Amino acid sequence: MGHTLAVLVENRPGVLTRISGLISRRAFNIESIAAGYTEDKDMTRITIVVREDDDQQVQQLVDQLAKLVDVIRIVDHTHIDSLERELVLIKVKAIPEKRSDIVDIVDIFRANIVDVNRETMVIELSGGQSKTDALCEVLTDYGIIEIVRTGKVIISRGPLPAKAL
Amino acid sequence: MKNGAEYIIEFLEKKGVEVVFGYPGGQILNFYHYLGRSNLKHILVRHEQAAAHAACGYARVTGRPGVCIATSGPGATNLVTGIADAYLDSIPLIAITGQVKLQDIGKDSFQEADITGITTPITKHSYLIQDLKQLPGVLDEAWQVATKGRPGPVLIDVPKDLFLEQEDMAAIHSHLITRKVAREDNTEKMMPQIVERLSHAKRPLILAGGGVISAGAWDALAELVQRTGIPVVTTLMGKGAYPEDQPLALGMVGMHGLAAANLALSHCDVLLCLGTRFSDRVTGNRRNFLDKACIIHVDTDAAELQKNVITDFPVHRDLNDFFKALLEDPKLVRSEAAGEWSSRIQQWQNQYKQPEAYTGDILKPQALIRSVARLADPRSVVVTDVGQHQMFVAQHYPIRQPRGFLTSGGLGAMGFGLPAAMGAAFGVPGEPVILFVGDGGFQMTLQELATIREHRLPIKIFIMNNGNLGMIRQWQGLFFEAHYVASDLPAFPDFVKLAEAYDVPAFRITTPAELEEKVRQVLSTQGPVLADCWIDTNEYVFPMIPPGGKPQDMIGRWQNETHIRSISGE
Repeated sequence: MGHTLAVLVENRPGVLTRISGLISRRAFNIESIAAGYTEDKDMTRITIVVREDDDQQVQQLVDQLAKLVDVIRIVDHTHIDSLERELVLIKVKAIPEKRSDIVDIVDIFRANIVDVNRETMVIELSGGQSKTDALCEVLTDYGIIEIVRTGKVIISRGPLPAKAL
Repeated sequence: MKNGAEYIIEFLEKKGVEVVFGYPGGQILNFYHYLGRSNLKHILVRHEQAAAHAACGYARVTGRPGVCIATSGPGATNLVTGIADAYLDSIPLIAITGQVKLQDIGKDSFQEADITGITTPITKHSYLIQDLKQLPGVLDEAWQVATKGRPGPVLIDVPKDLFLEQEDMAAIHSHLITRKVAREDNTEKMMPQIVERLSHAKRPLILAGGGVISAGAWDALAELVQRTGIPVVTTLMGKGAYPEDQPLALGMVGMHGLAAANLALSHCDVLLCLGTRFSDRVTGNRRNFLDKACIIHVDTDAAELQKNVITDFPVHRDLNDFFKALLEDPKLVRSEAAGEWSSRIQQWQNQYKQPEAYTGDILKPQALIRSVARLADPRSVVVTDVGQHQMFVAQHYPIRQPRGFLTSGGLGAMGFGLPAAMGAAFGVPGEPVILFVGDGGFQMTLQELATIREHRLPIKIFIMNNGNLGMIRQWQGLFFEAHYVASDLPAFPDFVKLAEAYDVPAFRITTPAELEEKVRQVLSTQGPVLADCWIDTNEYVFPMIPPGGKPQDMIGRWQNETHIRSISGE
């Protein structure tokens, strides 16, 4: 499986470009990358899912990223007890006869319907990757129009922040 | 109250910068207006590429950051090759560029280029100043980034209007990179094992890289060698880290390394690698590089450990700290098997000796280099360009002092030689600088003859003129069925007349008979001088490990043989 890295960076212009540029330049494979503000207004947190099995290679990526001036700390969550979530919005065909079926499915997955019109619905789901994959698969039969995913974010269980791990 | 230009100049002066290399232009004119009134000595180059290479030459020879200045757009993009060269060879370099006005950024304005973006992959960091208040913090940080740990280039891009904007800089808190979390240091645990391995190795060897020089750790290295009797091989960048006139100095390893050095490398059982990154030019195929030997790898850059070669002891340490810990350990002793090992190495050295004398009517490049090495002031700084002559110098010119050999190692940038020699001459005023350059590389940056003449720099330029791109020709000869495409340089100019046009004295050396006399004349000429040396067109650099090969596959002409064969006999 992959490794999930939490990268804490200075909130400076161009920092995302530097991170993503380094990853592609050094020929690493990335599954997803998600960035957002944090509890500290000067700090951005970037969650990167690396498609790489070789631990040595992941360490190399961590070491290269750590050299960037803007990078404060990198935590590899692979061996840390953590919660991971991804938000998915799915626009699916929903003709009146099929609507109740879809509502049932949405309930089973504890997802939400956030928009409905005569022909389609938008479903919102947050959860781990296997859950979102499963929902997407079930909905395929009804006709998926588009899917948008935020990419994975991760946080450790227990009292400590990533900075202190 | 100070404006941006004044603040930058004062900062550089405070940091002890004496010389800056640059070329003016529209967006940096404001800066030049104040630079002209400062104590900084500005060297006007004739092309911005030369400003970057000269700053690099200066930094390589002094160990202090080189500073280069250019305007926006084309001025800035012309620096790129020199910045990339500094990046790959870990040379501290500070590039300052003018940018279009803040409000014009992003509008494709005249002479606008996103130079911070362009240089992101080839700098340790690049800064675009968007508010004058950032300037003090950025300058402090940039200086630290360029010089601390593994050195490298930084670029600071300053919009035109900020040079003139005023601000009470003393009131601004500069924010430094204090938040970075240091990597855990677990080398203490490895030290006893490392000492044990080195002291009881049967065939120990030290591989010294450019990191030994940039860390200033050459004395400690010499002490280690003296105490343990372990022989030293170097990379191209490590040349000069250990005096090459010493018996335990085996010379350069790698693709064009000396036979005995490469054989020692492939036969060693414990290899201590210091400040080197296992470049493909050293390792050949890195997957099976020394798969049986125990490798100890010390580097200040954690990302170099386990990057190209998986080693047994990856030590993330400043080299000076590592040497201190190693040399303080009383258990570190000379290995009992040292004598046997060194006699075996000596055997290789005798068996695969580089020829001492070169007979015949044609001037051999090796003979020229040996002759210069014999006759030149031993304090001379030796600079090369890139190609065959670079490898010949690496093989045949013994370098006795650190920072005495300047070459574009990682990037291999032709055109580096002349401007780098110029920068070096400003770094060590009064001391002679010897430049070996091919006729190809010379023609890439020869405009700097004007700068060199202007300042009467004591650079002795030896053009190794074979009328073609020697290394390209060699590869085409060996690996492309002698299909010579675009490697001939027809209509090459008369370099003697060219030098005269620049009012630089010049000589021509064409035969072995006149070699010694002419070299003496060149070396005793005051100020700049150029020698157009017509060398053998058909000479190849040997030994050579074919790309991806192992030391056993090394090819060459052994013991005055006329035909080329691999060292293993085929």
